[in-house]
Amino acid sequence: MKGFDYSRAEAVTHAAEQAREGARLIAGGTNLLDLMKLEIERPDALVDINRLELGGIERTEGGLRIGALVSNSACAADERIRRDYPILARAILAGATFQLRNKATTGGNLCQRTRCYYFYNRDQPCNKREPGTGCGAIGGVNRIHAILGASEACIATYPGDMAVALAALDASVEVSGRDGSARMIPVRAFHRLPGDHPERDNVLEAGEVITAVVLPEPVGGTQIYRKVRDRSSYAFALVSVACVIAMEEGRIGRASLAFGGLAHKPWHDPGVEELLVGNEPSDALFDKAADVLLAEAKGQGANDFKIPMTRRVLKGVLREATGRAV
Amino acid sequence: MPLTINGTDHDFTGDPRTTLLDFLRDGCGLTGTKKGCDHGQCGACTVLVNGQRINSCLTLAVMHEGDAVTTIEGFGTPEELHPLQEAFVRHDGFQCGYCTPGQICSAKAMLDEAANGWASFVSDDITAPVSLTRDEIRERMSGNLCRCGAYSNIVDAIAEVVEAGR
Ligand SMILES: Cc1cc2nc3c(=O)[nH]c(=O)nc-3n(C[C@H](O)[C@H](O)[C@H](O)COP(=O)(O)OP(=O)(O)OC[C@H]3O[C@@H](n4cnc5c(N)ncnc54)[C@H](O)[C@@H]3O)c2cc1C
Ligand code: SF4
Ligand code: FES
Ligand code: FES
Repeated sequence: MKGFDYSRAEAVTHAAEQAREGARLIAGGTNLLDLMKLEIERPDALVDINRLELGGIERTEGGLRIGALVSNSACAADERIRRDYPILARAILAGATFQLRNKATTGGNLCQRTRCYYFYNRDQPCNKREPGTGCGAIGGVNRIHAILGASEACIATYPGDMAVALAALDASVEVSGRDGSARMIPVRAFHRLPGDHPERDNVLEAGEVITAVVLPEPVGGTQIYRKVRDRSSYAFALVSVACVIAMEEGRIGRASLAFGGLAHKPWHDPGVEELLVGNEPSDALFDKAADVLLAEAKGQGANDFKIPMTRRVLKGVLREATGRAV
Repeated sequence: MPLTINGTDHDFTGDPRTTLLDFLRDGCGLTGTKKGCDHGQCGACTVLVNGQRINSCLTLAVMHEGDAVTTIEGFGTPEELHPLQEAFVRHDGFQCGYCTPGQICSAKAMLDEAANGWASFVSDDITAPVSLTRDEIRERMSGNLCRCGAYSNIVDAIAEVVEAGR
């Protein structure tokens, strides 16, 4: 690990000031320290934000505000979240382990970096790690890589589970800037597609600190988070679906879906929801939804299987959520 | 920078790069906590910080000012084993023993989490009180790998302690 100056932020504005070029905020440390040990991340300054007062879950008008330092464990254990946002608790519990979730924070989880093997291997080219060096995964080992929204520069996926549920719930990220100004970024617009700048995972600007995630009013309905992975526990998603469906008189009244493992960001396609809403559930309808979702899907070779797998997982989830036989 | 380890005051003054794991082993001579992968993947380094289990390899010692750390050395003594230690011995919950300190710290925290009603990925109803079935124990212990594959005996040992607590 490269050496760094360690400091502790006492206030959000203090953290933002210290988060200059070359510095990193550290929350749980479960992703950042892993990458620092491998010298994939080489910050010259580490700003410990754990003493900031961002560790509570508060009621807002209608919804909940989850502080950026609330651990994944505490979030999934919160009674209000278990009752009113079960999809969020389920998605968190589907990720990592109890040990890791006890340390992992809401803000750090959103910012976790890709699990692309080439990103993790400093002997390999990677545009995300070292812009301009090329992408080892294109034409290489790419079983876990993206089938939607990839670019010529990078085909990595965003690996997290929590953010997929947050995207389905249409939550927002509350961010504080260096000048103390606050802005809200919808989770659906927080992560970016790689384009020509895969080194940027999300839209945070230098010096911005995530202060909370804000959940809208509870949406009810049937909420399902389904994660398909190589092992039944303690593995990242190959494909995941977060689905909220409410039926009205035998028809789909509301639908909100987001997908993990498919792209550089939790994938949300309003076309899929528009197609479902107002219709009676049927396998034919679900197939059409998968057609819309996967219209632009492109495999990279070893990950071609994700295309039919996504279709099957989507159909299975929709059957269950609409009360048709599973 | 002060912190307590197994109830004893300690002072950390080293390089900020020092992980809590390396501080425990090299700085305090508490070598019960093991280093397997050093990347959060195996659970050998599991300790309790303020009662919660974490991977001590993925956290810096300098981040733990004022915290109360419990390692396997804080559990029982050879004369008076902790019930989990006793159960692991009785059920042969190990072969080489390398993963065992982490398994036991993890199991202790797991019992507390379950008592507090924390659900897991395999819980059917995440709002109901937790019943620690074998499936629940397996899922909740999935962050502790055992290279010797003593898993079924580890589950037996923990299940016995769960039973005894009922
Ligand atoms: C073995 C293993 C298995 C895992 N499996 C899964 C899995 O199945 N599913 C899953 O979703 N995740 C998984 N994870 C990833 C885990 O969820 C993340 O490591 C964790 O959520 C990161 O949170 P943290 O607080 O530890 O972040 P840190 O490591 O502290 O930080 C991560 C990044 O976020 C930035 N950051 C942190 N807080 C803020 C803030 N408030 N504002 C701005 N930037 C911030 C940091 O600067 C850093 O760049 C796994 C991790 C490991 C090690
Ligand atoms: S897919 Fe992205 S992260 Fe992986 S090697 Fe290519 S550029 Fe790097
Ligand atoms: S040594 Fe910490 S998890 Fe493996
Ligand atoms: S007893 Fe050898 S690793 Fe578990």
